[in-house]
Amino acid sequence: MSALPPYATLGQRVWYYAFRVICALIFIYLITPVLIIIPLSFNAEPYFTFTSGMMGLDPEAFSLRWYADIFHNGMADPDATEGWWADMWQNAVWIRATKNSFIIGFWATALATSFGTLAAIGLSRSEMPYKGLIMSILISPMIVPLIVTAAGMFYFYSNDFNPFIEGKQALAGSKMGIILAHAALGTPFVIITVTSTLVGFDNSLTRAAANMGAGPVRTFFKVQMPLILPGVISGGLFAFITSFDEVVAVLFLAGPEDKTIPRQMWSGIREQISPTILAVATILVIISIALLTVLELLRRRSERLRGISPG
Amino acid sequence: MVPPVHFTERVTMTDSTDAGPVLAADGTPLKKKLAQALFVSRARAFGLVLPLLAFILVSFIIPILSLMVQGVKNDTYSANMPASTEIMKGWDGISEPTEKMFAALVLDLIKAREEKSIGRVATRVNREVSGTRSMFTKAARKAGKLEAPFMAAMLNIDEDWGNIEVWGAMKVSSQTYSAAFYAAAVDADYNADGSFERLDEKDRIYVYLFIKTLLVSLAVTLACLALGYPVAWLLASLPMRTSNLLMILVLLPFWTSLLVRTTAWIAMLQSHGVLNNVFVWLGITTDETRFSLIYNMTGTIIAMTHILLPFMILPLYSVMKGISPAYLRAAKSLGATNWTAFWRVYFPATIPGIGAGGLLVFILAIGYYITPALVGGQDGQLISNFIAYHMQKSLNWSLAAALGGILLVIVLAIYWLYDKVVGIDNMKMG
Repeated sequence: MSALPPYATLGQRVWYYAFRVICALIFIYLITPVLIIIPLSFNAEPYFTFTSGMMGLDPEAFSLRWYADIFHNGMADPDATEGWWADMWQNAVWIRATKNSFIIGFWATALATSFGTLAAIGLSRSEMPYKGLIMSILISPMIVPLIVTAAGMFYFYSNDFNPFIEGKQALAGSKMGIILAHAALGTPFVIITVTSTLVGFDNSLTRAAANMGAGPVRTFFKVQMPLILPGVISGGLFAFITSFDEVVAVLFLAGPEDKTIPRQMWSGIREQISPTILAVATILVIISIALLTVLELLRRRSERLRGISPG
Repeated sequence: MVPPVHFTERVTMTDSTDAGPVLAADGTPLKKKLAQALFVSRARAFGLVLPLLAFILVSFIIPILSLMVQGVKNDTYSANMPASTEIMKGWDGISEPTEKMFAALVLDLIKAREEKSIGRVATRVNREVSGTRSMFTKAARKAGKLEAPFMAAMLNIDEDWGNIEVWGAMKVSSQTYSAAFYAAAVDADYNADGSFERLDEKDRIYVYLFIKTLLVSLAVTLACLALGYPVAWLLASLPMRTSNLLMILVLLPFWTSLLVRTTAWIAMLQSHGVLNNVFVWLGITTDETRFSLIYNMTGTIIAMTHILLPFMILPLYSVMKGISPAYLRAAKSLGATNWTAFWRVYFPATIPGIGAGGLLVFILAIGYYITPALVGGQDGQLISNFIAYHMQKSLNWSLAAALGGILLVIVLAIYWLYDKVVGIDNMKMG
């Protein structure tokens, strides 16, 4: 599929361009839905579609009302001047959902990354017993269908036979239950990324550190950790995104106060469909674009530092 | 690290007949010392894994296993109706119910009414034979005033108490451990005498649903392969700078929230949505005959394919990146046509990527819940949606557990296959 040679036959030429057109169509299929919601979220009307005014680029047909609604929805008095910020911070449903998403995401990532990194280090040691079996157990949260995981946790956390909790509904219907669930769902990503970083790790470095009198803890933080840090960070990022995007476990385990952003979007779609969710979606897409750009820039920078120029 | 083993002059390696085992510095045999050192380092490695292993076992494996147990164990009846449970153990499930059984039942009904558990018991029996719920609540209300002979008294309340089927349902419900829910999950009836019987054609739901879920997953996997293969090939063959730019078009949807993409497809596909408006504008359809693209199977497949496509492209791309373009050139210079070169040389080399991407997409598709629930309507619901329904709405947890158990076995079988074909260690994150 490299560039067309000058001696290519007509058929080859036709196929060459046809192939590119097919690929372009597939790219359009991939990207259009993600981009189409951006203009739709500026709709002045409560519809999910382009109005004739929007098609005619009439300024009247566009508005920021759905973005304002992100803050207003759930507030006691959106028109008040005094105490507006406190009211918004306390009561606006999307703000609360954002707070919940970050709190849950932070703790789940912290749990998943710390346990996952330790386990990955253990798993990549050659002396590790029962490696295959343990690896499959630790990877299983990624494989088991989410619905089975969520139903199992809901059942376990809300049942009275559970020896770890007292009384009914102790963990189901609380942030703790979701954090534990999301941490479990995030660990496979940490394990996979950190183990693959450790494949290239030179074990003589830790032996050298030990030889020079560093204890295991000091060796870990001063020698091993800085070297595997990129793997740990990208694993943690995956774990955070997993938690931030996850909704099935939240649907089962969250109480009414613990709704996250995707959970709030779910009820938005199910109950009162309004372009506010398009506005939220647009913000999330812009965050994804920013995240991707940063990752791409970082990748280019590290390639430049390593002396590999793209192209 | 491994404690160093010191050799000293005392360790003599002579071939004399009276030489004992090779000794380490402290006088223990070297073999033993090495075994100890190995044990310590294995214990250390295991110690590092232990916190996560314990966490996953407690917060993930045990909850799922406990749900699986619920699929074969249900003590709603036996815990609340002990007397009739006990007496029905000796009943064969075919002969007429005896006066003793009626007496035990009345005793239990009075107790269950006092403890307010009669509703749950009635619901449990009702799942075996529908229509029995009201019989139980009604009988429980009057049970306190009944006098012997109880058989006649109960028949007086409702003639159906003489019906063997009702007693059969009670016997099945009274078994704490039974295959009744797994039987229900494959559209069969579990009888009091221990036999299974397939439901009538019109009552069968779940086998059809499992087949539908498998077919939808297969369709989505094939669609992802058909769309992902050319794109991955293009990305792998273009120069790095261009392919990195185009890669963003794959990665942006991949990093975008699932709910955002599902919302976007609702905006795209609904009857007054973007796609239908474009079709009307192009004259493909008229305003009256807009296509119904959403809240049905079509919408589910379109949206699921879009959401899972990056999971196919990324493994394919990483495999194709490793195939030297010289192979294709070599094939062509040896006289192969374009098609032969592709089919005999390039395609076989990409099979590991197809296996990895295909199984990954299939595993994800088979357990999909969110997208079918939001864009599937009536027709596009998959097995996951029914598990959620029985967990949250009908509260038939045992049936949900049985359906989930079957789904889990299917997925684990595919995972096992994946491990055999690709190996979990080779899983790549793009």
